[in-house]
Amino acid sequence: MDRPLRLIPTDSLDRLARTLEALLVVASAPLPVEELAAVADDDPERVEAALRLVSERFAEERSGIVLEYVAGGWAFRASREEATACARLFERPAQRNLSQAALETLALVAYLGPCSRPDIARVRGVAADSAVSNLLERGLIAEAGRDNGAGGVVRYRTTPLFERVFGLESLSELPRLDDVGADAAEIRDRLNTVAERRSA
Amino acid sequence: MIVRELELDLDAFEGPFDLLLALVLKEELDLRDVDLAGIITAFLERLAEREELDLEACGEFLVLIAALLELKARALFPDEAAELAELEPEEAAEELARRLAEYRRAKEAATWLRERLAGEGDRFFRLGPAPLAPRVEMPLAPQDPETLARVLRLLSQDPPDVSLAHMALRFPPVSQFLEQFRALLRRRSRFDFETEVAELTRLEQASAFLALLELRRAGELAIEQAAPFAPIRVSRSTQENADPKERTAQWTVRSA
Repeated sequence: MDRPLRLIPTDSLDRLARTLEALLVVASAPLPVEELAAVADDDPERVEAALRLVSERFAEERSGIVLEYVAGGWAFRASREEATACARLFERPAQRNLSQAALETLALVAYLGPCSRPDIARVRGVAADSAVSNLLERGLIAEAGRDNGAGGVVRYRTTPLFERVFGLESLSELPRLDDVGADAAEIRDRLNTVAERRSA
Repeated sequence: MIVRELELDLDAFEGPFDLLLALVLKEELDLRDVDLAGIITAFLERLAEREELDLEACGEFLVLIAALLELKARALFPDEAAELAELEPEEAAEELARRLAEYRRAKEAATWLRERLAGEGDRFFRLGPAPLAPRVEMPLAPQDPETLARVLRLLSQDPPDVSLAHMALRFPPVSQFLEQFRALLRRRSRFDFETEVAELTRLEQASAFLALLELRRAGELAIEQAAPFAPIRVSRSTQENADPKERTAQWTVRSA
């Protein structure tokens, strides 16, 4: 960095914090630091420092509003303590009554990245059409181009709403699922035993 | 136990096994939507309810479900059918195991999501604009072609001319009333306008009033009215020899 060192006066940081609060309360989607910096017309580093101030102010058990990092950006939400009151006023159609089929489909889209209905059907063994349109309607997945460019089947990816609903900072927060290798070996053995018995 | 009468209650289908087979064969039900494991479970449950093993039913069921499984497999992997057929049994088992493991992973991921959702259920936040609702298709009731043709024929005809007969205003001639009023004034020195026209229609009254004004203008009679809307009294002109100018002035004053 060739920028000269300079002291950051706290009162101006406080000013920036207030600007950020205003932006965050108006926004309906999480705002990344870069975007906040561009809109507030300030340095990303100073924005991060100011965000620390804001998150001290808006923290669980301190305020009814909580600042959180979710879905790749910063956003306000209601504090968990106030969930009961919020639930009396608001519906959450995105996550209400998600069926097992929808959750499995959602998991596949989240883990496989952009993938098509046939991709999902191949793993689940049943057609994915209704689960996919259900998730589309809820806004948890969205179209993400087509296989082999135009003319191919439509592929789907999860939306920022998905990350928000599930409280994920990003998709990389999904747990790794490669500890099922033992299962694969066991299934293979059982299949082989059956095959041997049949040929015998 | 009759396999074909096995009652099923699946997501995609509810009813006897027989009907399911018929629908699948007629291609009215897509096998890809049918949970075959559910059928097997239903059969096993029925089997367990009985004391003895019904070998005949088992055999029939095996044949049917195997056929369904093959059909479904082909429907799910149309382009891979040939590829899989060439696999050695061991390779096929390997492939199957790989896929089952993949599915198990998907199930585990789904379980994790469900638990996560339960843990994060108390998070409320402001949402962006709601996702677009699916486009509503306007339902059109089935139409009879004959009816449609009849309606179209109606539209292609020129509408009948609208009669304006009732709009015509027939004014009775003013001259008729000129004569009437002159005759009246010859018999009586004065009369009340309202009384004379009371039995006439509004249009006739208007004509009569025009006649009255005409006679007044000609100086043949005099008109008096004490106040607005008071009775209009008509009398023989008393100023027949008066200066026309003076009469005009008098009229102006009165009407003001």
